[in-house]
Formats: sequence, structure tokens, C-alpha cells
Amino acid sequence: MALTREQIAMRVAQELQDGFYVNLGIGIPTLAANYVSTDIEVMLQSENGLLGMGPYPTEDQVDPDMINAGKETVTAVKGASIFSSAESFAMIRGGHVDLTVLGAFEVDQNGNIASYMIPGKLVKGMGGAMDLVAGAPNIIVTMTHADKHGNSKLLESCTLPLTGVNCIKKVITDLAVLDIRDGAFHLLETAPGISVEEVQAKTKGKLIVSDSVREMQFN
Amino acid sequence: MAGFNKVVTNYADAMNGLEDGMTVISGGFGLCGIPEGLIAQIKEMGVKDLTFVSNNCGVDDFGLGVLLENKQIKKMISSYVGENALFEKQFLSGELEVELTPQGTLAEKMRAGGAGIPAFYTATGYGTPVAEGKETREFNGRHYVLEEAITADFAIIRAWKADKMGNLIYRDTAMNFNPMAATAGKITVAEVEEIVEVGELEPTHIHTPGIYVNRVIKGNFEKRIEKLTLSR
Repeated sequence: MALTREQIAMRVAQELQDGFYVNLGIGIPTLAANYVSTDIEVMLQSENGLLGMGPYPTEDQVDPDMINAGKETVTAVKGASIFSSAESFAMIRGGHVDLTVLGAFEVDQNGNIASYMIPGKLVKGMGGAMDLVAGAPNIIVTMTHADKHGNSKLLESCTLPLTGVNCIKKVITDLAVLDIRDGAFHLLETAPGISVEEVQAKTKGKLIVSDSVREMQFN
Repeated sequence: MAGFNKVVTNYADAMNGLEDGMTVISGGFGLCGIPEGLIAQIKEMGVKDLTFVSNNCGVDDFGLGVLLENKQIKKMISSYVGENALFEKQFLSGELEVELTPQGTLAEKMRAGGAGIPAFYTATGYGTPVAEGKETREFNGRHYVLEEAITADFAIIRAWKADKMGNLIYRDTAMNFNPMAATAGKITVAEVEEIVEVGELEPTHIHTPGIYVNRVIKGNFEKRIEKLTLSR
């Protein structure tokens, strides 16, 4: 069975290591915060200018001056810091954020990502995504493996306007976990009940399957 | 002698000098940290063909959205403009010009503008539509795009506390673009929640030194919340 959004988020959460500063994009990446192991400490960065983002507020805690990059009301954890957008992107562009997780429309075998614009539809803008993919040393994309018509989103070459080039190192989908290196997708893990053949059929870009492919583990 | 007293007591004085065709930088992220009363004053003045530099363009009936409604904006330089039906309508009909700029590049363009740096190289946007027509250069094996700084005729910002000399402190994430915007206006107007006497603010706690600020006005803020999310 393909993973649900929550299950993808659970698998993403396993990528967060103790002591990491992490930027989680809107959607599935944000959900991952709910599944971070209690054995580790991570600090969440929100690119509007908050390091140490906490959970959503209770009704009593709601403050219009405390929002995240998705414009949602949030809280700050103990040890948080708040700063300007220039400072925020200095830490992003400067490579100080350990891990960025974001969604995409397409990713290709050279690590290119398209995530902000579908020609012919209204262009809403890239927000901070272009800075994030240009800056983080470690970037993971989460998305469904194929679109709702069954077309692969893991391509030989992105067809939509790019958000960044040669920057994506890992993709976590509803079917699989894959590394991107040396101009190919490398299959690392399959979702429970998903065959290697299905992943192959739904991956349009070059896919390398080693003998060590595992099934994803969930605790 | 006014000396360093930057305080003005009415909005007409706060925005005096704003004319048709001018460029205005606005602080704020979404509806958070926006100078609500200064935006309302620009609507009141009815000046047209404005270019606005702001991360977002408000919602239909609040923030910069009210200036769209009044057809006062000719061009927006923003990173994300998705929350606004009027925006979509005017953009698709060709009434409104839009220059999409990555968020970090936008912040740095303002910062550079205020700091006297005409342009800077960033890896952001290399190989994407953002880099089209721009100079690129390789440093240490990586590709970078040359981005030009932004300055404006007016900068309108919101702060939490000001002293009468225009020293400013922001509150929580309402800081966002405001400190950079403050530096990049020929005339910078700060709308604040509270004005205190000179000497009451701790010098090391000041976020924006008064040298950047020309006018200070005390506002009353609605502080509308764009997306109320609560813990369960």
C-alpha cells in the first residue's frame, strides 16, 4: 500500500538527527514535526524569522505577532530566537541549517527540482523555496511518487520551470526512499507492500536498484 | 527646533510627499507586522501608479489588498502573492505588473539598498527563471546570480516601541522585513504601538537605530490573523 501523508511524515521524521537545525516546508514536511523521536532534540527554523518554532498555540496563547512561514499562529520553544528576514536567510543561504525538507511537483535524476510554477496557471511565487534549496547542504523532497493520473514525478529531466539545480539529495515518496547521485535515482527503501517493480514502473528517470533495498521501518 | 524629535501626530503628515508613480517598500510578512494605518492613509490619499516592494500583497480587504482594490498599485515586487483574489484578477487582465523575487533575495535587496551596496551575488535562483537576463559568475566552483539592490522613495514599517528619536524595537515575528525596509527608504515612516521618552529604551536592545527613521507615528492596530491554528 502506498503510504498516507502521515506515514510519509513519520518516515521523514526519521531523517531528523539529534542537534539538527531543520527547516520544514508547508504540507507533509510540517507534519513530520509531530513524529520526531522524544529521544532527540531538534530546533525548527521558520524562514520569516524564528528559530525554535513550537507547537500551535492554545486559545489563550494566540498572538498575531507570532506566526510561522505558512502564516499560521505558532509558539516559540525555550531557547528560541527571533530575527529579521535578512538574518533568517543569511543562516539559510550560508548553509547553517542542517536539513531542509520541502515538497515539489517534479524532481529529476540530476537533483533539479520544480516546485513553484505551472505555466498557464496563476503564478503565486516561490516564497523562500529558491533560497532554501540553494542554501541547505542537505535537502529532502517529499511528494507522491506519481501524480493523480499516474504520471511519474521522478523524471530524467524536469519539465516545469526550476526552483533549483543540482541540489536535491534525497526523495521520500508514498512508495519509496531514494538517493539522488551521479545522475540517477538510487532506490534505498520501499514502502511496506510495494514491490521494486512498481517503483521501477513509476520512476521515469534513471533508477538504480541495488541488492540492499530494504522495506521502510516504522516504530 | 525639532532636533531629533521624529514624532508626527497625524497620518497626513506621516505620508506627506508621497506622489503618483513613486516606489514604496513595505515591511510585513503576510498580515503580520504591517503598517496598517499608513496603508490606510495611502488609500485615503488616492495616489496612483505606485510600485510596491513587499513580501506579500495582503488579502482582499486588508493590508496592501486595499490598495489593489482602489487600483493604486501598478507593480508589485514580492516573493509570494497567493492569498488574494483581486490580485489574480488584476494580474491576469494585465493591469498589474509583478516581479517575483525569492524571499531571501528580496530581504537582501532591501538590506543592500540601505547599506549602500548596489548589487550582490547569490546562488539563489541560478538555473531558474529568476536568473534570466541577469549576469552570472562562478566562485569556487559554484554558480551565482548578480542581484541588484532596492531602494525606494518611501519605506513604511511597523515597530512595537519607538522613542521620540525614532529608535525602534520590534515584537516577535512582526519584525520580519521591517528592519531592512527601514533602511532602504529615502523617507522612512514607522508606525508603532507605543512611543516612549528618549532614554527609556536600552541602547543595546534597539533593533533599528533612529538614523534610518524620519517619521514616527503611534498607530492603533487591528492585527488581523491570516491563519488561526490552535493546538488540539
